[in-house]
Amino acid sequence: MTTTFSAMDRRGWMSLLASADEARLTELWQGYGADPACELLRAPEAGGVMVRGRMGGTGAPFNLGEMTVTRCALSLQDGTVGHGYVQGRSKVSAEIAAKIDALMQTGAADALSAAVLTPLAEEKQKAEDDRAAKAAATKVEFFTMVRGED
Amino acid sequence: MSLDTRNAVYAGGFSNPPVAAAHAFRAAMNAMARPGRVQDITGAAPPEGISIAAGSLLLTLCDPETGVYLAPDVDSGDLRGWLAFHTGAPVVPAEQADFALGRWDALTPLNRFLIGTPEYPDRSATLIVETPGFGAPNAVLRGPGIKNTARMQLPELTAFQNNAALYPLGVDFFFTVGSQVAALPRSTQVTAEA
Repeated sequence: MTTTFSAMDRRGWMSLLASADEARLTELWQGYGADPACELLRAPEAGGVMVRGRMGGTGAPFNLGEMTVTRCALSLQDGTVGHGYVQGRSKVSAEIAAKIDALMQTGAADALSAAVLTPLAEEKQKAEDDRAAKAAATKVEFFTMVRGED
Repeated sequence: MSLDTRNAVYAGGFSNPPVAAAHAFRAAMNAMARPGRVQDITGAAPPEGISIAAGSLLLTLCDPETGVYLAPDVDSGDLRGWLAFHTGAPVVPAEQADFALGRWDALTPLNRFLIGTPEYPDRSATLIVETPGFGAPNAVLRGPGIKNTARMQLPELTAFQNNAALYPLGVDFFFTVGSQVAALPRSTQVTAEA
């Protein structure tokens, strides 16, 4: 019971899950209903990672700073392996993220996407739009006055 | 991307890493402290081809900062994936390895491994030798950690005598069979069984 998906798709849902709020993610996951049996390959564990960036996306890499990340890996009963990497130290989120990653590789992908990922994506987009709108309202336009020195 | 998730790579780590790693480390430490004495070591279920003891040693001792050399007889995609997932240790050539894994024939010659420097004798390799069994002893061991003498079966004697002659430099050995481990540090003097 496997489906094909692109690396871009997976990057998309991993990204959404990585930054999702624990309470909201738990609520949506419970809303999805099913909670498949799975075997933990790597129990949820918190650790630090060094976030690196490149100036302009192409320059030399520099260390931006450390952040806390919790990760988890598990396998469903059919052998599908899911990985969860979330920011912060929520072990619950990491486990849910790993389960969602595993299920997104199976036939449950469409139902799960509608129940959890789409609402998360919409909320994230709305939060970004709100923030952008708030910032836009404070935008100041500068004009150069003609100084009349002629 | 079609799905290719092999459980051999992801399964088989320590079920409770802090506790299992502490137990395995204690077994490894006791083995090194009492050369030639066999200790039980368990916890890992490595991919086909390497023993439980060798897998447990790798999980306990390796991390992203220790290079591991896999001899051609044990090297496989599954083992590399397993090592990367559970420890993050890079696979490196023999000349740069902190740990090396393989059967005796595949690990020799020993002179390609790091033996440390006079200032830092600890910058040397530790060899995990997969052994068919702890059979009839053919070597007598003397040195730190041994009250009078200990006896052990070794694949050959000359290589270990030469290694001991390098002291305080040299490499250290773990011998693994199934879920058992014995060790031979560089400080042990090896002579033939009378």
